[in-house]
Amino acid sequence: MDNYSLTNLRELEAEAIHIIREVAAEFENPVMLYSIGKDSSVMVRLAEKAFYPGKVPFPLMHIDSKWKFQEMIDFRDSYAKEKGWDLIVHYNKEGFESGVGPFTHGSKVHTDIMKTQALLAGLNKYKFDAAFGGARRDEEKSRAKERIFSFRDKFHQWDPKNQRPELWNIYNSRVQKGESIRVFPISNWTELDIWQYIRLENIPIVPLYYAKERPVVEMDGTLVMVDDERMPKELRDKAEMRMVRFRTLGCYPLTGAIESEADTIEKIVEEMMTVTVSERTTRVIDFDQEASMEQKKREGYF
Amino acid sequence: MTTKKLNIQEFLDQDQKKDLLRLLTAGSVDDGKSTLIGRLMADSKMLYEDQLEALHRDSKRIGHAGEEIDYALLLDGLKAEREQGITIDVAYRYFSTAKRKFIIADTPGHEQYTRNMITGGSTANLAIILIDARYGVITQTKRHTYLANLLGIKHVVVAINKMDLADYKQERFEEIKADYKAFVTQLDIPDVNFIPLSALKGDNVVDKGENMDWYHGPCLLEFLENVHVSSDRNFDDLRFPVQYVLRPDIKFRGFSTSVASGIIKKGDEVMVLPSMKKSKVEKIVTYEGELDYAFPPQSVTVTLEDEIDISRGDMLVHPDNLPRVERQFEAMLVWMDETDMNLSTQFYIKHANNNTKARIDEIKYKVDVNTLEKSNIEKFKLNEIGRVVITTTKPLYFDPYKKNHQTGSFILIDPVTHNTVAVGMIIDKLGSSSLPSRITDVDKAKIALGEALIKPEEYVQKYNQKGETIWITGLHGSGKNELAFSLEKKLFDNGAAVVLIDGSSVRSGLSRELDFSPADRAENLRRVAHICKMLNDQGIITIASYISRNESLRNQVAEIIGKDRFHLFYMDADLEYCKNNKPELYEMLEQGKTSGLPGVDLEYEAPNNAKLVFKPEQNEENLDAILDYLAINKVFPNH
Repeated sequence: MDNYSLTNLRELEAEAIHIIREVAAEFENPVMLYSIGKDSSVMVRLAEKAFYPGKVPFPLMHIDSKWKFQEMIDFRDSYAKEKGWDLIVHYNKEGFESGVGPFTHGSKVHTDIMKTQALLAGLNKYKFDAAFGGARRDEEKSRAKERIFSFRDKFHQWDPKNQRPELWNIYNSRVQKGESIRVFPISNWTELDIWQYIRLENIPIVPLYYAKERPVVEMDGTLVMVDDERMPKELRDKAEMRMVRFRTLGCYPLTGAIESEADTIEKIVEEMMTVTVSERTTRVIDFDQEASMEQKKREGYF
Repeated sequence: MTTKKLNIQEFLDQDQKKDLLRLLTAGSVDDGKSTLIGRLMADSKMLYEDQLEALHRDSKRIGHAGEEIDYALLLDGLKAEREQGITIDVAYRYFSTAKRKFIIADTPGHEQYTRNMITGGSTANLAIILIDARYGVITQTKRHTYLANLLGIKHVVVAINKMDLADYKQERFEEIKADYKAFVTQLDIPDVNFIPLSALKGDNVVDKGENMDWYHGPCLLEFLENVHVSSDRNFDDLRFPVQYVLRPDIKFRGFSTSVASGIIKKGDEVMVLPSMKKSKVEKIVTYEGELDYAFPPQSVTVTLEDEIDISRGDMLVHPDNLPRVERQFEAMLVWMDETDMNLSTQFYIKHANNNTKARIDEIKYKVDVNTLEKSNIEKFKLNEIGRVVITTTKPLYFDPYKKNHQTGSFILIDPVTHNTVAVGMIIDKLGSSSLPSRITDVDKAKIALGEALIKPEEYVQKYNQKGETIWITGLHGSGKNELAFSLEKKLFDNGAAVVLIDGSSVRSGLSRELDFSPADRAENLRRVAHICKMLNDQGIITIASYISRNESLRNQVAEIIGKDRFHLFYMDADLEYCKNNKPELYEMLEQGKTSGLPGVDLEYEAPNNAKLVFKPEQNEENLDAILDYLAINKVFPNH
């Protein structure tokens, strides 16, 4: 009988593959949102597994805020090319051309225009009726209550008080025209599961996760990396080389680095188990307001 | 969990092997459920430092427990709920030990949150039932236990909490244990365990503590780490419900799904439902390579040796071990929607990767979740649970939920709002088609061969009429039914043997699983035509008033009944008249609540071959005209 039991990781993997196939079977036009981060990397691998030996039957879409780390963009382009992915890169052209950015507009306005608005416009443009996201329930309090198939109205809004019951592994895929579902196949994974899976499966991730000497500036207690010339000169001048890495990846001015020597997955996990600062605390946007993630989710951000 | 810097590789290798336990906790604000979970997670040393920092910050602002750490604040997620001090919905929590990873579905305990508990418990291996040692077994305890039992959860831990407030007395523990045991014997939970604890003080949660030396069993975490659940799955009955057909190129044709139950092996002979065709498993394909066998809940892809037409929703099984294949079954249903059940709704049903439609034929009874008493009701309201009979449009391939959670569970979706309005668990009971037939085999053979013992002329002689059909076509609300009913009365009064095949009676009985789509409307007419034919064969006059919206449909009906016995009449009413006469359906259409109404958004073809054409306002003249017509055509003499 013992031959018939799965480890935690393999059970989570089977669940995620089931969810991904279900979406491909029941929706006309799904998309996988690709953030270039480690969770996205895991999700992409799961999609490849779900349809092996065939190709994944839906595209990836990256919402480019135009303020991502350059290393992320390089990783994205070479990975998509190597794997032959159908990759859509969408950004808010108007916002970009009028120079919206975190240094000039603050994190709240920037995130709204270049991430939330860009995401909604991208989803509308291609008329996607289902969008996979790599969110996990252990990341943040409001996510703990969200369904795996998370219904969004035609304005892409989430109503936490009016969620569809979700039982067993039977998912309700019914939407009217214009409505959609956000799907979170790795809802039940923890950060440790993600790292374990990356290690087990040898999944490539952006090098920024590993510690290295990088030029950083301390801003309001957060270590921000100098990634390009758009950081105001007076800040750039204060930059110093420190041994740092990133626990999450996003827009470089909004993503804090942590000082670390961890340059392998094992060392990262060890650091995580012993030092432990929960990963989203290094994302500046979550601190804007109490329960800010819930607010953003209601507005359509993941 | 302890981490040693020196052996992180070993730690990860060991950690990778741990398994997963999904558990359900249900309880109210007052029984310390959140404190218990918070304690479990915190004391398992898996809470990250900054989450504890956030906790201190929050506690100062809206804390409820004075200076002590309020573990409950860790758990209540959404802002509004935090302000109200209650947990609503289902929240999922994660923690790990060296042995296991745990997923807690954390649900509120009040009766108005029954649906949340049902949602959270559907995937749980184990349920923790919390009892406040001061109050013992109360209504809520019984309700939670009943729901765990309904969901088929095989392991229950009765956590008798707040022992500190009962002076840690063994007598109190034993007393509650005995009460609970007396209650639980009515149910069907194979594994029940009792642990006395204090979530607030930490006794018997993660560490034993010093206050209850008389208790020799495991503490809660120890129990959760060791309870054996992997054999709870069904490994006996192969059910492979095809979820996705994988056709990357002409050469490869794979069928993918998460194995629902049983073991599928390379070389196995399998049968495909519903086609009943047989083949052998050629390969079990995964990204990592081929497997010799696969078991639940693995997600795999299989290829077969023969080319058989298989689509999503079909099921591969072993030929000597079939599920039930039926359109009708009984189930325990939980109503999950704010809107009351409407018995005439035709729901979407989703079951084992299969989508079809379903009607609730009958509510057998409702169960009071507090007393377990049964009662009769007309319809379900939010959170009500009961036993129902359901008929689906296509057959489902199912097993009783008790034997197989995967193939015994389903959800009902409202056709308009698309909400998941109800969930169900199929009961082990034979469907009507498997019940013994009341016709003896000898009689059956005669009927099949058409050896009628009465000759057609004998009927004509007996009834003094010819068994023929009066078929009235017209729009919905045109007045054709009114005419049909008065005609029936008139003929009956004049001594005719006449049967009116009433549309709503047919719809609620014989054709109850059909909807109003064009295909189902046609099927409904086909059935009506066959009834007319049978009655006409026995010398009975039949009256049928049906929209029968086009020539082709009416010809098919005439074909079945026999063209020389089919008399087509047309009730020619304009749309305005119909809308005024029967406004409900037309209003629903205007509000977008229905579609496919002939004469409005579906074409109605007026007949050009009707024997008589009527205007609805002239009922008396119309009746006379029909009686004359029937006399002239020697169907029934006009007195």
